[in-house]
Amino acid sequence: MKLPFGRTTSSPISTGHSASLDFAQPEPVDLASGKYVKLWQGPQHPGITGNMSLELTLDGDTIIDCKTHVGYLHRGFEKLMERRSFIQNFTVVCRIAVPEPTFNEYLYSHAVEEISGIEIPERATWLRTMNLEMMRLASFLMWIGGQGGAFGQYTVANWTLAYRDYVLDLFEEMTGARIYHMYIVPGGVRAGLPDGFEGRAREIMDGAEKLLDQIERVMFNNTVFKARSKGLAIIPPEMIDPYGIVGPNARACGVKRDLRKDEPYLAYDQLDFDIVTGTDSDAYERAYLRLQETRQCISLIRQCLDRMPMDGAFQADMPNVLHWKVPAGETYVKAECTRGEYGYYMVTDGSELVRRVHVRGPSYTHAIAVMERLAVGNNIADIAGMMVSLHTYPPEIER
Amino acid sequence: MNLKDLLSPFFVWQRAFEKPYTSIRPTIDRPGAPAYRGFHINIADTCVGCGSCHEICQNHAIDMVAVEEYLGREGDSGLRPRFDYGRCCWCGLCVDICTAASLRMSNEYAWISEDPTVFHFTAGVDDKPWQDNENGYRRAEGYHLYPPKRIEMEMLPANESVSSFEEVVKGYSEEQAKKEADRCVECGICVATCPAHMDVPDYIHSIRDGNYEKGLQLMYRTNPFPATCGRICTRRCESVCPVGILGEPVAIRWLKRLIVDQVDASDYQRILADTITENGKKIAVIGAGPGGMSAAYYLRKKGYAVTVFEAQESAGGMLRYGVPSYRLPDNDLDKDIDYIVSLGVEIKYNTAIGKDIKFEQLLENYDAVFMSTGLSVPSSMRIHGEDHPRVLSGLQVLADVANGRDPGIGKKVAVIGGGNVAMDAARVSRRFDAEVTILYRRRISEMPADEEEIHESQEEGCRIVQQAIPVEIVSADSEQQVAIRWGEAEMVDDPKGGRPRPVLQEDRMHTDTYDSIISAIGQGSNLDYISKEMHEEFAIEWGKFTPGEYQHTTLEKVFVGGDFANSTADAISAIEDGHHAARGIDRYLNPAAYEEK
Repeated sequence: MKLPFGRTTSSPISTGHSASLDFAQPEPVDLASGKYVKLWQGPQHPGITGNMSLELTLDGDTIIDCKTHVGYLHRGFEKLMERRSFIQNFTVVCRIAVPEPTFNEYLYSHAVEEISGIEIPERATWLRTMNLEMMRLASFLMWIGGQGGAFGQYTVANWTLAYRDYVLDLFEEMTGARIYHMYIVPGGVRAGLPDGFEGRAREIMDGAEKLLDQIERVMFNNTVFKARSKGLAIIPPEMIDPYGIVGPNARACGVKRDLRKDEPYLAYDQLDFDIVTGTDSDAYERAYLRLQETRQCISLIRQCLDRMPMDGAFQADMPNVLHWKVPAGETYVKAECTRGEYGYYMVTDGSELVRRVHVRGPSYTHAIAVMERLAVGNNIADIAGMMVSLHTYPPEIER
Repeated sequence: MNLKDLLSPFFVWQRAFEKPYTSIRPTIDRPGAPAYRGFHINIADTCVGCGSCHEICQNHAIDMVAVEEYLGREGDSGLRPRFDYGRCCWCGLCVDICTAASLRMSNEYAWISEDPTVFHFTAGVDDKPWQDNENGYRRAEGYHLYPPKRIEMEMLPANESVSSFEEVVKGYSEEQAKKEADRCVECGICVATCPAHMDVPDYIHSIRDGNYEKGLQLMYRTNPFPATCGRICTRRCESVCPVGILGEPVAIRWLKRLIVDQVDASDYQRILADTITENGKKIAVIGAGPGGMSAAYYLRKKGYAVTVFEAQESAGGMLRYGVPSYRLPDNDLDKDIDYIVSLGVEIKYNTAIGKDIKFEQLLENYDAVFMSTGLSVPSSMRIHGEDHPRVLSGLQVLADVANGRDPGIGKKVAVIGGGNVAMDAARVSRRFDAEVTILYRRRISEMPADEEEIHESQEEGCRIVQQAIPVEIVSADSEQQVAIRWGEAEMVDDPKGGRPRPVLQEDRMHTDTYDSIISAIGQGSNLDYISKEMHEEFAIEWGKFTPGEYQHTTLEKVFVGGDFANSTADAISAIEDGHHAARGIDRYLNPAAYEEK
């Protein structure tokens, strides 16, 4: 199929630059020749939630080299955690990925629980599962807005960002806060569901489903969107493993990889869902796959509401957290976040402080190595859309 | 490009007629969710100022500041949390850890000021519009950041304990003690409340670290009777422990006991490393009870040659002769006393002042005298027939048992009184196979005895008759028996607001016959060994001293302490009196060392 800007679906990158695994350094360009322009894009970058810069070398409006620059959001969370008690850290970790704090809360808590041998009650696993799926929904809604906005469709951005606030309302009710919920705590969760929550949650899920149908009509069945996203930034299958590509970015390439299915945690083995995969691996395919996963989220939240026990303990018996010493140990725990595998590596030495925490967010590979690779050969106008289609959050790169 | 994709986006126009999402502030106010983590609320009257909120706050956003209104309140540090909203991250951990559940959050979140320096306040003390907000975050039921329940203490079952003098409380294992020690929030309110101001949080910390030697050192700083107090202390610390507000207080007494039980007496010398430099001055201590021995210990440490005069054949005073060995075994009391003696404290046993040596002689021969002879004379019931040979005193029964003599109480006994001596006498009688009835003039809930003691005596089969006033002792048919006439009482509220008063109901009188009646309604001091003139000089009232600063009396060389010089009349107060008097004596004899430079 012939697309505007000289691209076709079968030959995605019009400048002839191959996306195969070619690790050779690009030819150095002679900036003095006047043929090329160096352009600094960012750190207020439209393609990303947070701050990050791209150093682009352009030949006309075609990118021939891309370097990423991070560090604008470095707050040293991993180091901060080494100076705080185990209970205090759970209020820190949520800040590592602003639009998806819950995955950090869960993984941090899970790592501590695993090392100290704490088993959380069943009700807590369900509450956690639902909380994580609500987070996925909120994050996807924000992402749809970004993807639409990056291609000039601000209407869709307004719809989803506004609707995301309804999901945040649910968080506010359930956890006491809209963004930094601090709900999943080592040992379980901080509270059960408030009165009448189930009804309101179902109502918002119904609305979200309707909204997604509308978005499909307006954004996905849209000549402009298709023209700009189809064939853009194709990730070939041979890039997936060497580049550590995970989540929807990998699934859009046909790789059936989802930790919720592959290594079920929490209550995921009791929920009905299938891994969504795509084939074309371009920006459109990834976007469409995320739309389907957003629908899946709604279904999972409903299933959680149907199946979770509504009473019983939601916290394991805990030691006094004021002088809590976690036994010496080491663990790596992971979960499928909105953008793929999210991991926490934790080492403890038996003291009241954690010895080392390392946070592995999918953005680290997606926003740096993958981005630098995919940008080359593309038009500068597509950079923002391409970046959003990789769905990355700089704060989790810098931790 | 197909036509459908070209037309489909025009669907957006349909939404032009939908209700907008946004609400317009400040026209429309949007309150936070009912459990929103907004501005802090503190119920300052409920708060005890334990500072756990301050401790858990990772942002140092909470300072504990003194609030005059609450200074000096029993079981209250007088401090209240002051919040700095330039630092707060609204995590609400302070609310979660609050031991008194006084701290919560409102669902208000807007506070606007042009002045950036105003955003801190003492919650519940400074007037804020959200203080009375009913909504907001509070800790959920069933969510705890420290275990609210105490580790259960293993006890001898009542059917076994009643037939022996074996210690009833078995003591924690090391593992249990570590778990129990873990519950402490280290607020230090116990330190302020303990008459001896023991370093409770620190020695509990040493249990968590498994460092019992350090624990022992910490305890000896303020109390040379840890083995004793670890068993029978009246533990006012536990009654104020903030962990006990919502759950059960930390078992401070049992933890103290564990430390002592873990350290062998032969290691005391090495661990405590008390080195003594003689200063050539001599002190006389009258009475080898907890007050006297405590004074002796701390004086000896300061280099004084201390001689203790004891009328009985063993040291310990009421601890030995008034507390039965199922609560305080002799060898544990000896562990404390032996260490004090090992430092070179001389005890002259069977030496009664006034009889064997004159009080005046002590004044002459010693640089200072510390008196701590306690309350050794049973109070009279002041009823007719009290001098009947089958009416015994509780103290006498306990002393007989302590000396290994049969108290001769018979098989059916009535105990009069509701204090610890009454409970002890009753439980000892049960161990001599007697059927025991306790008569108390007020209600069980008003008994001065330890709640635990009351409970255990009932467990062991003592029957408590409350609101029973003894009226008369009458002879029974047999000489081996005695009868008591007693009447039921009604509780009448005191119009002045004091505690309700029992009033005898003359139409409801009873007469019961017993093998013996044990009177344990209190005790007074025996001060026969000081002359009448001196009585006046000391300004003794009702047999009790009112010591001045550092336990000093009106007589230059004389210091006093213990039951006859304080209102609480318990071991820990006597120990503190002794310690305090030691400081006073040192100040008196060595004033140069205390002069301000």
